[in-house]
Amino acid sequence: MMLRSVFAAAAGLLMSAAAVAETFTFTAIPDADESRLNARFGKVADYLSEQLGVDVKYIPVKSYPAAITAFRNDQVQLAWFGGLSGVQARALVEGSEAIAQGYEDQFFKTYIIANTSTEIEASDELPEDIKGKTFTFGSKGSTSGRLMPEFFIREAFNASPDELFSRVGFSGDHSRTISQVQSGVYQVGAVNYSVWDTEVEEGKIDTDKVKVIWTTPTYPDYQWTIRGDVDARYGEGFKEKVRTALLDMKDEDLLASFPRKSFVPASNDDYAPIERTGKAIGLLD
Amino acid sequence: MGGKSVSLAKGEKSKGEKPKGKKSTGARFRDLSLWFVLVAIVSLFFADIFLYQPDPWEEFTRIGWGMVTPFWPDANELLMSALYTVSFALLGVAVSAALGVLLAIWFHWRVVRVFSAVIRSVHEIFWGLLFMQVFGLSALTGLLAIIIPFAGIFAKVFSDVFHQQSSATVDTLAGSSRLSRFFYGWIPQAWPAMRSYIRYRFECALRSSAILGFIGLPTLGFHLETAFRQGDYSEAAAVFWVFLLLIGTVRFWFYKKLLPAYLLGAVFMLPEMPPVNASFVWQFFTQDLWPSPLLNGDLPGAMSWYGNVLADEVGPALIQTIAITQAALVLSGVMALAWYPFASRWLVGRYYWVGRFKLLVLRSVPELMLAYLFMLLFGPSALPAIFALALHNGGLIAFLLANHSQDASSQQRLDSPSGLARYFYQDLPQRYPAFLALLFYRWEVIMRESAMMGVLGIATLGFYVDSAFEEIRFDKAFFLILVAAALNVIVDSLSRRLRRAAGLKTPRM
Repeated sequence: MMLRSVFAAAAGLLMSAAAVAETFTFTAIPDADESRLNARFGKVADYLSEQLGVDVKYIPVKSYPAAITAFRNDQVQLAWFGGLSGVQARALVEGSEAIAQGYEDQFFKTYIIANTSTEIEASDELPEDIKGKTFTFGSKGSTSGRLMPEFFIREAFNASPDELFSRVGFSGDHSRTISQVQSGVYQVGAVNYSVWDTEVEEGKIDTDKVKVIWTTPTYPDYQWTIRGDVDARYGEGFKEKVRTALLDMKDEDLLASFPRKSFVPASNDDYAPIERTGKAIGLLD
Repeated sequence: MGGKSVSLAKGEKSKGEKPKGKKSTGARFRDLSLWFVLVAIVSLFFADIFLYQPDPWEEFTRIGWGMVTPFWPDANELLMSALYTVSFALLGVAVSAALGVLLAIWFHWRVVRVFSAVIRSVHEIFWGLLFMQVFGLSALTGLLAIIIPFAGIFAKVFSDVFHQQSSATVDTLAGSSRLSRFFYGWIPQAWPAMRSYIRYRFECALRSSAILGFIGLPTLGFHLETAFRQGDYSEAAAVFWVFLLLIGTVRFWFYKKLLPAYLLGAVFMLPEMPPVNASFVWQFFTQDLWPSPLLNGDLPGAMSWYGNVLADEVGPALIQTIAITQAALVLSGVMALAWYPFASRWLVGRYYWVGRFKLLVLRSVPELMLAYLFMLLFGPSALPAIFALALHNGGLIAFLLANHSQDASSQQRLDSPSGLARYFYQDLPQRYPAFLALLFYRWEVIMRESAMMGVLGIATLGFYVDSAFEEIRFDKAFFLILVAAALNVIVDSLSRRLRRAAGLKTPRM
């Protein structure tokens, strides 16, 4: 398909942004269980295709920045982002908009978890004992695995993670954070509460080895972000159609891919606190 | 190693003593080796070595069990990614070899030499990360990531190959243009050597192509990384065995005559290309890659920007990258010397193929995959990087040394010793110059790989490059990649100087 691609690329270069693709493509940040992404999100693509009356395709990505890049390069027009990656993506694509978030994302939170060998007890305040331990975040660009926990840790101890912990790592995703703290690779970690709860329910976590020691205050997180030019390209009112299709998604099987109870409306303004926090700890300019 | 060279004239040698001041070749090699060992030991104090995993055996057992119970739910998916892997490698090598020939023809121009050195000093993964920002997860990203560094490597090696040819043929073409002299003189003459190097490079390209999956291209590495990350070791094993099979059987499925058909097939296999926005490409190269104070002409601001990156990121990253490289270099050497006799018929007898098979596996597995495996076992310190680099490069050098050792069969005499005595008193001394030359040749490669390993979370340059991409700070990522490139260019030239000073020839690959 290369020849066609070359022509498409050449045409794209000449006409600059004159869209050749009529397929509507979306992606999702790989934040947890990455196996069989195609099968899981393929079903979501089928659903959207049915609702929107256009071809909908899902492409898998390997990292948070890859999702942002795909969105910025117009390789995808819709993306399921985390709080921070959504802010980053919308800053890069003018006119793009957060259109829906998960019900749970209105009041998302992070669990600080610890290997039980540390004998740190759960408490209402961030336990002092985590000082000097080894610590892992999730992905470097994760909201619940990096941004918010780092913010609350800095706030509590008035020190950066590097100063506070004997070692700071980035596991890459939430599932891996859990398994690394469980196996003792790191003593303490920060994890997305929804991934933790789901995995506990599925019996994937050995709660004798790892437990939650603190829960952060709530903040807004994941959301669907869409490019600003979709109405011009897919027809008037397309953005609203996408929003409606997302809000109407009721099939539990589909919702389990995220995993969310349902989707509710969202706007760019909902994420102002995330942007402020990102700037406060130097992750955003 | 210069020293005073008056002793010979005074005739001290006639008394049966060793000449003072002027060292024998053996002593020179010994001193050089000891210096490197010393540097490696010092490096270990700087390298971030730490055993995270208190109990790696549990994980190790699971990985071992996975390796013998490979399983993949969707054969079609695996087949497709294997085909993508081959397509990227085939087209990548075809284009880069052609470009390499062109660059090699004008290699006497300094600008061409420097250009080649710079493009090959940036790792495929870094090229991939850069191009991904403009071309997305597309065929073009994957191809460029292979073609650019490989063209630089081909240029250097082809130029070396031309130099090794006799000039007699080409002299008859005196008066004709430089191009004709190359196409009718040098290239036909050097073709057998070039062909065998291209074949070796194709194997490297398969590795690179697979590895690009780690950053999201749809090759085998994509599934391998996912499966490892999820701890599905049976699935990881399935991808791993497919990959080894692919590399191990190249000579059975690669028919020279069918090359055009293969290339055409590869073109059609490539994944589809998303539209590229020209103004966006322009903006990326003219704006995004440069710090904003520099673009605004704010020189003091730019200086302080570079100063901050140098102090906060480049400094600590350089220490780790260099420490890991030096430790891995020496450990590779130790492993190569320990392993190669087991793959040579003259040294271990008929079971040499067991050792050979082991070395083939080690040299086929990309460092990044090995490092990933060790990281699961030991956690993200310098340890997995050092082990992975040493295993892969040690295996590769041992394989070549074993070949040299086998080729030396003509020196087998009736009174030749066997076993250990042959190893220590005949074979090892004979192999040592080639061993050193190969090790120096790999130095640059090891440096490039250890910088790149940072993408796994080991605190080398790649770690900060990855972080900068994650924070959408392309200016910082680009600057760090340039630092890594500069480091490689320096090591490359240092290695050439040391090889020349020690009187080592370009190694036979």
